[in-house]
Amino acid sequence: MFVPGNNPAMMQDAFIYGPDSIMLDLEDSVTMAEKDTARLLVHNALKTIDYGNTEMVVRINPLNTPYGKKDIEAVVKAGVHVIRMPKTETANEVREVEAEIEKVEKELGCVGRTQIMAAIESTLGVINAYDIAIASKRMMGIALGAEDYSANLKTQRSPEGIELLLARQTIVVAARAAGIDALDTVYSNLNDMETFRKEVELIKQLGFDGKSIINPRQIEVVNEVFAPKEKDIQKALTILAAIKEAEQKGSGVIAVNGKMVDRPVVIRAQRTIDLAIASGIINKEDI
Amino acid sequence: MEIKNAIAGTLESGDILIQIAPAENDGLAIDLDSTVAYQFGEQIKRVITETLTGLGVTRAQVKATDKGALDCTIRARVTAAAVRATGKDVWAD
Repeated sequence: MFVPGNNPAMMQDAFIYGPDSIMLDLEDSVTMAEKDTARLLVHNALKTIDYGNTEMVVRINPLNTPYGKKDIEAVVKAGVHVIRMPKTETANEVREVEAEIEKVEKELGCVGRTQIMAAIESTLGVINAYDIAIASKRMMGIALGAEDYSANLKTQRSPEGIELLLARQTIVVAARAAGIDALDTVYSNLNDMETFRKEVELIKQLGFDGKSIINPRQIEVVNEVFAPKEKDIQKALTILAAIKEAEQKGSGVIAVNGKMVDRPVVIRAQRTIDLAIASGIINKEDI
Repeated sequence: MEIKNAIAGTLESGDILIQIAPAENDGLAIDLDSTVAYQFGEQIKRVITETLTGLGVTRAQVKATDKGALDCTIRARVTAAAVRATGKDVWAD
């Protein structure tokens, strides 16, 4: 969930709503005159507020602005989990950010602690999606930024999102090939929850791991769409139990209800269980 | 340390507005206006003093208008005002 980095009240309350991840923003939601104060607010909030198990992300300003390097220093020193790079177009940009992160981490004695997520918001970024996804060991995900991307395409966003199809599929394919997460863009019309739900259903079907949101009201819809159904969970648990049993018996071939279980089925079953745990439907200890 | 007039923060709920100005005498003269001054006034002043002292600002007039800010917000706003007042950033260039 995006939270403006210049709003102390929102920063301190955001985790109450239970998003999987909070992304404090130092970029577009902060005016140039307040970049210095927002950076300090985010630094102090990360150091002090107990966000529990929520993944903490900060969207920094690009390195080619006077703010990017200072943003990295401030958030790495505060122990951020993930730095989100805006408007990423090339793998080299990722390596430049990585070098800056490493400089600060060396000083702190914690090299490798900070992960990177790259937002792809242009046609060039989409073309280079896979190179970006594998540019660093720190890469944990790539995300679509649809507003800038649509403008770059010389079109505008439609309720159906047909103009985003190639970018979305390219990003999912690149993320999967690189073994990292694919995250979808925001939907800004809070008064149209029906179209929002359709968009979440679409991106789940395309293979995305999650959706960026701008308001706590959108959390429930995303969780509902992404949460696995009861019968899928039961099926997945049966498959994983059969795997365990086969392993104990030393058997190489696994069958459930008379059907052979091959590797993609097992991977899908594990993912269903991971999602069920993440959605709070089942507990890890119960498996 | 030489300082000039500077301001940081807002009057929105959960925030604090910090105004720093040069002072004629040594020490920090803190004028606090807070809805929770009775309960937390001393703590807010302590956070302001510690933050400014840590940054080497020991002679200044400070006007703080608090709207229920957490300590981390107070530290951030005081640091921002001090950086603007002194021209000395806390991050490397």
